[in-house]
Amino acid sequence: MIHVGLQHFLVVAALLFCLGLTCVLVRRNAVAILIGIELILNAAGLNLIAFARFGGDLLSGTVFVVFLIVLAAAEAVVGLALIIAVHRRLRDIDLERSDELRG
Amino acid sequence: MRVPLSSIDSLAYAVPELVVCGGAIGLFLLAAAARRPRSWHGWLFPLVSGGAILASLGWLVWFGLESASRPLFSADGQGLVIFSGLVACDPLAVAFRALCLLAAGAGVLLSVGSPSLPKTQRAEYHGLLLVLCAGMCLLASASHLLMIYVALETVSLCSYLLVGWDRSRSRSTEAGLKYVLYGGVASGVMLFGMSLIYGLFGSLDLQGLHQAIAGSDALATAPGRWAALLGFAFVLAGLGYKVAAVPFHMWCPDAYEGAPTPFTALLSVGPKAAGFAVLMRFFWGIFLDGPGVGAATLDADIPWPLLLGVISALTMTLGNLVAIVQDNLKRLLAYSSIAHAGYVLMGVVAGGQDGFESVALYMTVYLFMNIGAFAVVSAVDRSAGSEDIRQYSGLGSRSPWLALLLAIFLFSLTGLPPTAGFIGKLYLFAALIARGGTWYLVLALVGIVNSVISLFYYARVLKAMYLEQPALTEPVKAANAAGVLAFLMAVPTLVFGLFWQPLGVLASWSSRLLH
Repeated sequence: MIHVGLQHFLVVAALLFCLGLTCVLVRRNAVAILIGIELILNAAGLNLIAFARFGGDLLSGTVFVVFLIVLAAAEAVVGLALIIAVHRRLRDIDLERSDELRG
Repeated sequence: MRVPLSSIDSLAYAVPELVVCGGAIGLFLLAAAARRPRSWHGWLFPLVSGGAILASLGWLVWFGLESASRPLFSADGQGLVIFSGLVACDPLAVAFRALCLLAAGAGVLLSVGSPSLPKTQRAEYHGLLLVLCAGMCLLASASHLLMIYVALETVSLCSYLLVGWDRSRSRSTEAGLKYVLYGGVASGVMLFGMSLIYGLFGSLDLQGLHQAIAGSDALATAPGRWAALLGFAFVLAGLGYKVAAVPFHMWCPDAYEGAPTPFTALLSVGPKAAGFAVLMRFFWGIFLDGPGVGAATLDADIPWPLLLGVISALTMTLGNLVAIVQDNLKRLLAYSSIAHAGYVLMGVVAGGQDGFESVALYMTVYLFMNIGAFAVVSAVDRSAGSEDIRQYSGLGSRSPWLALLLAIFLFSLTGLPPTAGFIGKLYLFAALIARGGTWYLVLALVGIVNSVISLFYYARVLKAMYLEQPALTEPVKAANAAGVLAFLMAVPTLVFGLFWQPLGVLASWSSRLLH
């Protein structure tokens, strides 16, 4: 029987964070980048909740995660709204193709 | 440790936030009632949002004046912790909230009659502007990691929407999309950093963190030190993104160029001022024993001033060098605003009472000159429909007043006397040189060289206005909100260049931050 401690949570969170960051840096599709951002946010949330559980100050870490979930949802809404606005115009959400602004 | 006020008692200290939130709710209700665009919408909604911003500004001025005569903040005049420790109410918060609201007021004035904003959904535009104001005010006074995150997200979410507001122009939506993607990554990374700091030191409160770091054994081991470094570096990345410091500046030129010009003017000053307030609060509040007196507690392992100094040098150099090759004036001003973030970072690097004083003073001066420059750009944009530098050729003969105003702002942005920009730079360099270390002097030298470089591209605009033959002959109308705002901003730019004493007094008052 493996005892699941703080380190296990931290390793998972670090992996999630790296996966999210890789997704953001590698993918050129706007929706995929949004998914990557979501992974990063959830990595931070997992960290917070693990520290709250194993650390001491249980309340503030837990409350932080509740705010994080709400704000992550709001960010996804705004991101998707802008993606739809771009898609209506270009019929595509590949960032390589929206390149009017450069220099 | 200061005892925080309870939430009910705190409400008396958060009047600006309450007023702008009330105004925003009112506007969203009005938006539901007035679906069809009518001609009177063009002035009613700006009137509501402008009124809320003016009322908040008035309260801040009253509060600042009152606190000089009787100790409103606390017995020692330093400040109060309100909302159970989430928000600080100190002179720095009052001053930077006023700066953010001034920038927002200018944004509202510029939006009146501007053709670059759609005629529909005006109430929503002004409502979001007020929510942005509430976010900026909270960001400038946040003293808790949770509050910093929530306020930063409020500012960011409203900014994304307002940058991409004009759906009829593909540049606007594209800028909004790029901004939301960069911003999402930056805030996610910052949040991961915050979670590490919370885990290491067990506190989210800046005051609590300060004490926890001083007495922490987490820094004694190598993994603990690395985790701390990573955490603070990630938070620095999030805050650096907000003030558009290199290497987190990529969103800035696109967002500034794509956004409707009235909003660009606000975006280039308001969130930046709030970002600098929280940057000072976060780094110096945590690491120093007191502004300008003690040694940094975490300085031995991680040389924060040096790190910020390198970022500052990179920011101004890159901003100035790339600005040289720009042909779009809005984009040119975007790179120039990146460079100015680098200059202001010099004041943050200097730290201490005089460092904060120089930051507060420079942000005030920057507000006048940068919003003024954008007001002229907006005035030209109104008649020409473009921000290309070619539209400015012969402006000196087509509309001499606008050209003169733009020339004043550009001289001030360069930092030439007798404009306020010169005084601002003087304070920054003085604060930096007073530190005395070799690399402080090197940084000051980099700043001076950069000011010279910036003269080159500002002079390019002046040359187009006064020496080139006009491509068009019709005059640019200046008798509108944009022209009025440009004039209003030119007055302090010139007056404070000659009589900077009141500005200095104000800055030295507002450089006191709660500790």
